[in-house]
Amino acid sequence: MPKLHWEDFEPGAVATYGPRLVTREEIVAFAAEFDPQPMHLDEAAASTTMLGGLGASGWHTCCLLMRMIADGFVLDSSSMGAPGIDEVRWLKPLRPGTNIRIRVTVLECRPSGSRPEMGLVKFQYEVLDEAESCLTVMTSTSMFGRRQAGPRT
Amino acid sequence: MKFFEDISVGDLFDVGRHKFTADNIKAFATRFDPQLFHVDEAAAERSHFGALCASGWHTAVAWMRLMTDYRRRMDEAMRARGEPVAAIGPALGFRELKWHKPVYVGDTIAYKSQVIEMRLSKSRPHAGLMSFRTTGVNQNGEPVISLVSTTFVERRDKS
Repeated sequence: MPKLHWEDFEPGAVATYGPRLVTREEIVAFAAEFDPQPMHLDEAAASTTMLGGLGASGWHTCCLLMRMIADGFVLDSSSMGAPGIDEVRWLKPLRPGTNIRIRVTVLECRPSGSRPEMGLVKFQYEVLDEAESCLTVMTSTSMFGRRQAGPRT
Repeated sequence: MKFFEDISVGDLFDVGRHKFTADNIKAFATRFDPQLFHVDEAAAERSHFGALCASGWHTAVAWMRLMTDYRRRMDEAMRARGEPVAAIGPALGFRELKWHKPVYVGDTIAYKSQVIEMRLSKSRPHAGLMSFRTTGVNQNGEPVISLVSTTFVERRDKS
């Protein structure tokens, strides 16, 4: 039985996961596979771009966020996936050697209109560096199984 | 990439196709999204998805790879014609990403991106902002993913 169900999320709750060191090697490896642009692959080429130096693909930051929340709480929950992402803003570059943390805030919880065994939780996720500066912010809604189907009690 | 001035709303980038296999679905999910319905066939069959399916992030980054390759081919063709090539990126982010249907083993997703807005940047006068809507459609013609991205594109006119 997973530990966390839809009923366990409360609006306003905040949790932080990490730190996790992001290395140059993994930034370059991810980019080579999924986003081979010079600003994610090579310091010299990256220095001439608007990124001003080597930085992770924004998609890499999203995938690291996913893995950190998976290990943080999703794998121990009744997660049923997500219908989408409202918004991701890549505010600042993720540089090699940064220890990132993920701050998760519960924004809203509501039962599913069509599926009594499921509820929806809207989260804000912030990817923070060591100085608590927000590099990426994401807002999205996830689906979770309920302990008890029906209206919230 | 073409320069900001040479791109119009409605321009379509037919970026290509990606086939999702059990191996590449599980390899991606093991690294970034190891929920059981993305890594374990038997558990996926018991889940509401009914079968192993790709992480939504996998469906998204498969597009990013195709788009990057598409731009590189476009740049090479422009250089071959002796034309200057505009810088693109970084992206500001994306919005309205929807995973309409699961992507299952054996699905081939065809991705297209269409320009929906071109505007000047207040903070970066040498670049403009291009917004485009990307849609991925499976072999049955059903949309599986859509999103709207915004990225910087270099201007020809730097004033």
